[in-house]
Amino acid sequence: MTMQIADSVSLSAPDAKVRAHAAAARNSLRTEPRAVRIVIIALAMTFLSVFVVLPLVVVFAQAFSKGILAYLAALTDPEALSAIKLTLVVAAISVGLNLVFGLVAAWAIAKFEFRGKTFLITLIDLPFSVSPVISGLVFVLLFGAQGYFGSWLRDHDIQILFAVPGIALATTFVTFPFVARALIPLMQEQGTQEEEAAISLGASGLQTFFRVTLPNIKWGVLYGVLLCNARAMGEFGAVSVVSGHIRGETNTMPLLVEILYNEYQFVAAFAIASLLAMLALITLIAKTVLEHHLDEGHDASDH
Amino acid sequence: MPGFGLTMGLTLSWLSIIILIPLAGLLLKSLELSPEQFWNILSSRRTLNALRVSFGLAFAAACVNLVMGSIIVWALVRYRFPGRRLFDAIVDVPFALPTAVAGVALTALFAEKGWLGAPLAAAGIKVAFTPLGIFVAMIFIGIPFVVRTVQPVLQDLDPEIEEAAGSLGASRWQTIIRVILPSLGPALLTGLALAFARAVGEYGSVIFIAGNLPNVSEIAPLLIVIRLSEFRYADATAIAVVMLVVSFVIIFAVNRLQRWARSRIPAR
Repeated sequence: MTMQIADSVSLSAPDAKVRAHAAAARNSLRTEPRAVRIVIIALAMTFLSVFVVLPLVVVFAQAFSKGILAYLAALTDPEALSAIKLTLVVAAISVGLNLVFGLVAAWAIAKFEFRGKTFLITLIDLPFSVSPVISGLVFVLLFGAQGYFGSWLRDHDIQILFAVPGIALATTFVTFPFVARALIPLMQEQGTQEEEAAISLGASGLQTFFRVTLPNIKWGVLYGVLLCNARAMGEFGAVSVVSGHIRGETNTMPLLVEILYNEYQFVAAFAIASLLAMLALITLIAKTVLEHHLDEGHDASDH
Repeated sequence: MPGFGLTMGLTLSWLSIIILIPLAGLLLKSLELSPEQFWNILSSRRTLNALRVSFGLAFAAACVNLVMGSIIVWALVRYRFPGRRLFDAIVDVPFALPTAVAGVALTALFAEKGWLGAPLAAAGIKVAFTPLGIFVAMIFIGIPFVVRTVQPVLQDLDPEIEEAAGSLGASRWQTIIRVILPSLGPALLTGLALAFARAVGEYGSVIFIAGNLPNVSEIAPLLIVIRLSEFRYADATAIAVVMLVVSFVIIFAVNRLQRWARSRIPAR
């Protein structure tokens, strides 16, 4: 970088002209005619507008189609409120569990070398590639009336399926990889030097983690929690299989969207859907901001 | 460095409780079926049709995503135009939008009275409540996969190889087909595989727009849910195992592909 600057400063005027010409010629080797560029940009923008922007706009248009009062009435309905509350509780449980797991797993995987590391990461990634319906099904097979633990649970009067624990379990399953996957590459990149220094200076393992590691990975932690939370609040397939759809009790927001929609209560369905869409948009904005922070941290460690 | 034993132990225990034991339960359940029972479930007309709808349409949608995703990546990486950053951010919406919301939104959009459904119906094309609707929903959820896997590779592509090809007399089209496309090959295939895997298992964004007519527009994940609600656990398990095996094969192939792509880079 510095060499280039020194170069261009020492250039005499004709040289600079030749260079600019050469640069233009080089660029023309790497781009397409204007008409082709316009067609490609138009295709890309049209496709994204039809398949992504329009569905988002439809959600809000439908939610407000009967006016703002109908919208507010739909959101303050007791069923809606109980679904919102359940969604928040379930997200808090599964994000909390996966945050702790993600930190622990990332420490073991990123700070140490051992055989089978790639295999372990593949196992952590599994929920990403399992159909949401199957993620719910596995818990029905374990805890359902005919399941492996079904009769034991019934004898001890413990309700997992069609209750909050089942919904939280299924949600934890589908959101399992998010925090760990955000942290592993980040912690691998940072290495172990700072931690080793702290420990050689007499810090305990936990002190090292909270005073040295955590400040270094805080943006990564937030990033993982953000994506984990978005998926936890929006999960539909897995939760639908284990919830039992008990109105006012085991319906999360996405499940309520389905029920209201199937009852032709479109304004109410899209009102709840609009809250989830806003959650998605806020998540995306926060994600962009966090990626900016993470890139800065990346650049800082480069120099 | 302290803590390896503790953190590794906790990681493995928690992984077993949440992921491995539940998945093992599914495989164990499927072993309770005799091969004949297994075969009878899978070869029933309704199951075969559901698998055909899921796999066939998912592959078709992934192919559309491959082509359109490449065009989007090219526009985002190579050109500067107003709204580029906004469109770049919008690509992630299908990742972030809850599937049920996407499902009802796409249905409202493509229903016969919807903004896009009405003009399409006037042209004689019915989208919502037909297999075409499933196809549309699968395209929607697959968009980010191709874009986000190919984008970083195109960004990092060394400009000098293109310049070399161009200055040696290759036409722009030749350069793209013979120089750029082979370098993007592994990323394109990975994106295709990921979009396909996601679409095969997709439930929420599909079931609203699908129509869910058995043998015609019924996807395999929905058939699992239907069998569960009928307490036909064996049927649900058999279909789930087939889908699970296919998705494992896909991840395995993707991992191999990634490793192969990485091993190619130093050679360049």
